[in-house]
This record gives sequence, structure tokens and C-alpha cells, in this order.
Amino acid sequence: MINYISYRILQLIPLLIAISIIVFVIIQLPPGDFLTNYIAQLKNAGNDVSESMILNLKMQYGLDKSMYMQYIIWIKNILLHGDFGRSFQYNQPVADVIGPKLTLTLVISVISLIFVWAVAIPIGIYSATHQYSPLDYVFTFIGFIGLAMPGFLIALILIYFVFTQTGVAITGLFSPEFADAPWSMAKVMNMLPRLVIPVIVIGMSGTASLIRVTRGMLLDELSKQYVITARAKGVAENKLLFKYPVRMAINPLISTIGWTLPALISGEAIVAIVLNLQTTGPMLLKALMTQDMYLCGSFLLILSVMTVLGTLLSDILLALVDPRIRFGGVAE
Amino acid sequence: MGRQEEVILEMKDVKVHFHLDEGVLKAVDGVDLRIKRGKTLGIVGESGCGKSVTSQALLRIVPKPGEVQGKILLYRGGKDGTDEPVDLVKLDPRGKQIRDIRGGEIAMIFQEPMKAFSPIHTIGNQIIEAILLHTTDDKEEAYRLGVNILQKVGMSNPEQRMGEYPHQLSGGMRQRAMIAMALSCNPSILIADEPTTALDVTVQAQVLQLINDLKEKSDTAVIFITHDLGVIAEMSDDVAVMYLGKVVEYTDVDTLFHAPKHPYTKALLNSIPSVSMEKKRLESIEGTVPFPMNLPQGCGFYSRCKHAVDGVCNAADVPLVEVAAGHHVRCLMVESERTEQEVEA
Ligand SMILES: Nc1ncnc2c1ncn2[C@@H]1O[C@H](COP(=O)(O)OP(=O)(O)O)[C@@H](O)[C@H]1O
Ligand SMILES: [Mg+2]
Repeated sequence: MINYISYRILQLIPLLIAISIIVFVIIQLPPGDFLTNYIAQLKNAGNDVSESMILNLKMQYGLDKSMYMQYIIWIKNILLHGDFGRSFQYNQPVADVIGPKLTLTLVISVISLIFVWAVAIPIGIYSATHQYSPLDYVFTFIGFIGLAMPGFLIALILIYFVFTQTGVAITGLFSPEFADAPWSMAKVMNMLPRLVIPVIVIGMSGTASLIRVTRGMLLDELSKQYVITARAKGVAENKLLFKYPVRMAINPLISTIGWTLPALISGEAIVAIVLNLQTTGPMLLKALMTQDMYLCGSFLLILSVMTVLGTLLSDILLALVDPRIRFGGVAE
Repeated sequence: MGRQEEVILEMKDVKVHFHLDEGVLKAVDGVDLRIKRGKTLGIVGESGCGKSVTSQALLRIVPKPGEVQGKILLYRGGKDGTDEPVDLVKLDPRGKQIRDIRGGEIAMIFQEPMKAFSPIHTIGNQIIEAILLHTTDDKEEAYRLGVNILQKVGMSNPEQRMGEYPHQLSGGMRQRAMIAMALSCNPSILIADEPTTALDVTVQAQVLQLINDLKEKSDTAVIFITHDLGVIAEMSDDVAVMYLGKVVEYTDVDTLFHAPKHPYTKALLNSIPSVSMEKKRLESIEGTVPFPMNLPQGCGFYSRCKHAVDGVCNAADVPLVEVAAGHHVRCLMVESERTEQEVEA
């Protein structure tokens, strides 16, 4: 098991390096560098920009060096100092801009993921074991609506409905008095009920597709020989269902965690704009539109690294639940 | 006779029909068989003739939309407080009563041991599960019984094997483990559905030997299903030849090989290579097995039979007739031959 994990981690290193190079190239793509922008901004604001200050900045970001060295400096700054560069749009270090919003995004995404699994898997199991029953058809119908309807539309409908019925605007994650307050227990409690709608809206299409996948996987497993063996031993149907086919059907779902998380994070962008959530989504969109390249690049890098780590996580989980991978992975 | 011939299970006109959208698929269509304590009944027939579905009917594990009709009488010899047989067809297939019988009274081993074990649970886990269901509630005792039975089926290092996963064993070892699991609760009937078809020839012989040894020791009745007449000769006391969901000939193994009556049995026997008849050309049976749906009336073998007579064999369904003591044949030609002889005598 240890072997397997270290082997997987070793495999990731070249992948991560490749990702960082691509992101670096993307940052360099637009004409001019961020320093030119930054200086122009300072001048516009009526500041006096001295030659020595420009030189200092150039040295700090290695802009006077070759591309190759610039990459090394960029990646070194990230790894050693957590310095992702500056966002000229916010005129702040990227890390300071992203940090708090990323936390909020992660909280919402993880809760959405748990919501998706907690809702979709039981429904999928029911649908598979009661194939072609009335409820199976109902879930299938709701599932297709969830898949077909864009999240922001559902969000708009919900906002409209709640507002016309109760007069409460459910946008934003906090009521006004907490919006700029520092984190506290009261702020968390204020956020929790307001999380319900974003989580449902963001998780909707994920839930719908996971129901379909669970149902299909389980239907496949239900007719397998090992299920018949267990039945022929005299194991009761319910016990049998969860010990054998359900566990087998969930294994492939575990391997989807890797890409589900980043998909949720980027998928919530439009929903977050509609619901006015202070997450990374709206910021990413704005950064792309204003060509705030260090901000964009950092987003790209963080999302890619999260995909890679998510995949690693799901591989490890999969090895934990499936002995065939645990014992055969390295040898084969 | 007496104890030797003690019947523990009797199938009476058992039918398994699948009601599909395209029509009724008659997988098993009137099977009468008797299982005797300590004896092996061989069931032989081409692929698709209903052997597996017959065995599924015995355990009431026929998949939907299959429906079992007829009578399957199990004589439990007072184990459930009465001498009356239980009719398995009448039991709720999800109920407690049939679950006690599955694995406890009638156990089954399957064709492909790799697929028949769950790949994500250890061998030990799966064997102990059966023992805990039928034999004891004590986990440590169940573990000990598990190790014991693995030893009995000839597995080295049984304690280590308990902790191993199916993919860590060889094919032969896996089938041994499967046999161990089936026998772990001392069933009175063991159903083996093509247990050696997926194995290498050398391993095949070992597994057959093992089943025979265990049968002798524990007085278990065996239902041995195969499409291989050579294996039938080696394993069986009685043999039933199946064709299109029906038993066409049912007798003891010697009679079957030396005085077969049904044209289909004869054709099957002629189609296997034999050491003694070296130079003789092998005959294959012409035509293919019809699909068991919307079949015409009359003998199922009509379309492929050399002795078939139009207007007789395809007029009405042919009954299974006892042509000699313990020798049942489903063929009008054989029957008419016999009545002629009787008239002459
Ligand atoms: N679950 C099922 N649903 C529909 N038809 C089935 C099912 N299982 C078996 N059959 C059909 O029943 C017939 C007998 O099958 P089977 O008993 O498996 O044959 P075999 O003698 O090779 O074991 C075949 O025609 C097969 O197609
Ligand atoms: Mg079969």
C-alpha cells in the first residue's frame, strides 16, 4: 500500500511540472508584462515612479532575465514564499486576493459534493433495485430536468420564488451586518442557512448525472455471478445488496472525485454571480475579461493542481476499498 | 436397497418459463427427477438446454422474469420438525425458509470460480459468512470451521488462504475454495454446474476426484451438470439427458452408455471420441438446437432426428415413459418398438 502511494506520488511530479510550464506560458501570452501595466497604473494615479523603483520591481520578478530564469523565479516565489505575483486589477498580491474567496469556494464545493453523494447514491440504488417501478420513472424524469436545466436558471427561479413569497432576498452568503465582519461563530451560523440554496443549485446537475451513473453501474453488478453465489448461500437480499454489488458499484464513482471537485468549482461561477456569492467564480470571470494574467494563471494553476491532487486522493481511496488495485497496481 | 435408495429431493413436472416481451421462453419444460442420498445424478445436454435454469429452480434463484411451476419436494428428514417434505416451489423466494435451505441444505458451485467469488472480499470472509448463516453464531468457531474445510479440500496453508483474495489463487485453488464454501455447512445436496469447464484438463481431474471423495465421506447427494459425456461416465450413478428443457432419457449410468434408447442420446454418444473405436468416423448431430420459444407441437428433437416420422412424432407432445425398470425415455419410436415386442412375446 505504501509502495503504491509513493509510486503514484512520484508519477505526479512530472505532471505538475508540465502543468506549471503551460500556465507560465499562458501568463506570458498577452503583449506586455504586468510590470508595464503596473507602472502605467501608478503613473495614471499621479504617482511619481522612479527609475530605481522600476529596477527594483524588475529584479524582484526577474523580468530582466531570460524566459527560462523567469520561470524558475516565478515557481520559486510560489513554492517558497506563496507569492503568486500581483493582480494589477486589485493592485494587491494575488494570494491576498484569492485566499479568502478560495476558502469560501472550497467550503461550498465540498458541501455540494457531500450533498450530491448523499442524495444521488441512495436514489440510484433505489432506482436500480426497483427498475421500471413508478418511482424509478419519477427519479429518471427529475434527473433529466436537473441535467438539462442550467444552474443559473434554477437559481434565478428560486430567488424570484422566495422573494415574491417571503420578501426575503436570498442572494449573498451573509446578511449585510456580517458581510465585512471578521470570521466568528455568529458569522458561520449566519452563513449556514444561506448555504442551502447555492448547494442545491450547484449540486443539481451533478446529482442528476450521479443518479444515472449509480443506477447503471448497480444494474450491471446486480446480475453478476458473485451476487448469485451470495444469494445461493442464503444471504438475505438487503444484506447482500450492500455488502456486494453496492460496494462494487461505488468503486468507479470514487474515481470521479478527482475531476468532480474542480468541475464544481468552475461550474459554480455563473451560479455564484447570479446568487451574488463572494466566491472565486465571479472573480475568475472578471480576471479573464480584464486580462489580469497573474490572477488568471494562479487560478488555472490552483484548479489544475486540485484536479491532480483530487485524482491522487481518489486513487488512494480506490486502492483502500479494492484489493485488486492494492495488490496488483505496482506489479502490472 | 433401503437407505441406499433414500430419495431426498423429487422434482415433479417442474417448468421454468420466462415471460419476455417477445413471448414465453420455456427454458425448462416439464422435468421429473429424483435425487438420492449419497448418489450423483448427472445432467447432460447441449448448451442452452436448460441445465443451469433447472439448478436455479432448485434453489429458487431463477432471475426475473422467470417463473417456476410444478413441485420440488425436499425431504429434510425431520430437521424442521416434520417428516412431510417441503415444496420449494411454494416458498417465498426471498423468505427465511428458503434462505435456510440455500447453502444449508442445498449448496451450489459454479462454472467460473473467478466470477463466482466477490473480488473485494477475502476467501475467508465469504466462507465464514456461509457458516455464520447456517452453522454457528460464534465468529471464532466459524473461523476454525472455515480453516478446517479448506484443509479438507486439500488447500495448503489454509490459515493464510483465509486472508487471501480470489485473484491471488490459481483457478484450481479457487474452485477448491468454492467447493469448500459450498460444503462448509454440510448440505445434503451439492449442485455442481459445469464445475470444471473453465479449468485446465489436469486440474479438472483433481477437482472431479475431490468432489467424488467428499461425496463418499459425507454421504452428500450430488447433482452434476455438464455437457461432457466423458465426465458424466466418471462421476454419475444416474444420468438425465436433457434436450430443449425436457428430460429425454433418464436411467443409470451403465444402461445409458451400453444400451441407450433415445436417438438424441445415441447421437451424443456417437459424437464423442472413443479410444476403443479408433478408426470410426465421429458423427456430429446435424442442425442446431431450436430456440425454446414458440416451438411447434411434438417431439423437440423432431427437426434433427433420423428416425422421425411425419404425422406421428410432430403430432403431439411426447411423454416420458418407463420402458424398463428405472429406464425412462421420451420417444414414440422406442415406445412402439417395445409394444411390438410385448405383443410378439
Ligand atoms: N435470465 C434469463 N432470462 C431469459 N432467458 C434465460 C435466462 N436464463 C436462461 N435463459 C434461457 O433459458 C435457456 C436455458 O438456459 P440454461 O439453463 O442456462 O442452459 P444450459 O443448459 O446451457 O445451462 C436458454 O435458451 C437461455 O437463453
Ligand atoms: Mg449452463
